Amino acid sequence: MLADPVVEPHRYERKEWLSVLAKAHAGEVAAAWNALGERPNYQALRSPEVGLILVRGRMGGLGDAFNLGEMTLTRAAVRLDSGETGLAYVAGRDRRQAEIAAAIDAMMQSPSLRQHVEGPVIARLDRALQERRTLAARKAAATKVEFFTMVTGRGGV
Amino acid sequence: MAYVAVKGGEKAISNAHKWLAEERRGDPAVTELEVAQLREQLSLAVDRVMGEGSCYDRDLAALAVKQARGDLPEAVFLVRAYRTTLPRFGASEPLDTVNMAVRRRVSAAFKDIPGGQVLGPTFDYTHRLLDFALAADGVLPPQAVLAEEPQAYPMPTIGSVFAHEDLLESDERTEDAPEPFDLTREPMSFPAGRDQRLQALARGDEGFLLSLAYSSQRGWGNTHPLCGEIRMGTVAVEFVPEELGFAIEVGDIIVTECQMLGGSKSSAETPPQYMRGYGLVFGHSERKAMSMAIVDRALRDNAAASGQVAPVQDEEFVLYHSDNVEASGFVQHLKLPHYVDFQADLQSIRRLRREFFQRQALKEAAE
Repeated sequence: MLADPVVEPHRYERKEWLSVLAKAHAGEVAAAWNALGERPNYQALRSPEVGLILVRGRMGGLGDAFNLGEMTLTRAAVRLDSGETGLAYVAGRDRRQAEIAAAIDAMMQSPSLRQHVEGPVIARLDRALQERRTLAARKAAATKVEFFTMVTGRGGV
Repeated sequence: MAYVAVKGGEKAISNAHKWLAEERRGDPAVTELEVAQLREQLSLAVDRVMGEGSCYDRDLAALAVKQARGDLPEAVFLVRAYRTTLPRFGASEPLDTVNMAVRRRVSAAFKDIPGGQVLGPTFDYTHRLLDFALAADGVLPPQAVLAEEPQAYPMPTIGSVFAHEDLLESDERTEDAPEPFDLTREPMSFPAGRDQRLQALARGDEGFLLSLAYSSQRGWGNTHPLCGEIRMGTVAVEFVPEELGFAIEVGDIIVTECQMLGGSKSSAETPPQYMRGYGLVFGHSERKAMSMAIVDRALRDNAAASGQVAPVQDEEFVLYHSDNVEASGFVQHLKLPHYVDFQADLQSIRRLRREFFQRQALKEAAE
């Protein structure tokens, strides 16, 4: 359940909002899009395409890179009728999410359209992501071991 | 050689596959499993298929588990086959596991590791008694306990804890390192670099790596490992789209990482230091991550110099046999028609037998 949108003082960088759109659940992105009062018309510059990226790790955690495996990724690019172009790269195979994310990316770059999506879509999705992260972190913290020292009665520790 | 007909069987094959589909469904009076149920409730099977299938996509792996009737190596095969149909957009930035949003992090070697011992959702310390309540309907959904204060990130790593004393070897990073070896584009080559070995191990069969790791603990290539740290949680995957030229996070994935400490290295020039083995796998898969780290450590012994004999230290043995799609394919191809091979063998044995009896007859005649 998403909380009601509030005015967010945070002004998102493009890198941030593209990440929010990619990490949000596909259903949340579609719901936020459908809830918009006005949705701009757009043309696909690149129809949503499902592909892979090779995910890399580092040897030992911090060393040189190695190839861990692949993950699915969907990309899309659109142009609004007002001229702005937007793109999206989102984990998974949800073409609709990628297309909507690209349209919202284009709106975020338009001085007049940005206000319609920055709070109601980006900030809202971001908050949901943070809530999920916090919830998992609170569950983790509850499983932290509290050690106590047993007194053996022999004077040692 | 006689001609052996291998055509035919189309109808039998088609009917066999129809029966297979019916068997997969099982008793139609029992509710059919949804892919989402598998994804959510058989999540560790899904993780294994993602890891060995070498493709992170929970829904895809869950579908593969369903289609394979729960046969996980078969599901791995399905995922590997599917990935070949997709274009590759590029490679991610290397994962930053130091900044993992840790759900579980334990160190068996060092009790007082900064950040603490966080057990997470673990089977450890359960009694392994079958829980018949799970077979009953209408049980209230279980709930995790929520601490007031969320776990703080990033959690210090075992490496960082001892960094000031230089007791553990540190990870070297090469200036202008070449692109890491990619097994999906290049054939195995030996001697293998650690990048090639880690990729092969990350997608290797859990059972094979587990047995190898076990063999080394029992003395076949002794590694005396200690578990420095295991961590499991989410990490962001960063990717630089060429149109953008800067990195964006395209998703969060769950990975399990293991740092095994084992053996020391020292030379005339360098003081003694603990060596480390490294394991990193998709999903929550501790058995696999630990096995991978032990095998990585064993393979890091300079095999030739140490006069190695144990299988776990032999990189050709390990890397050529760790992939269960290849292994399963080669073993299982034996059940496909080999009529010609068998006929050829029969002819050969018949001839040898004829010659044997001729020799016997000559010998008897001479006596």
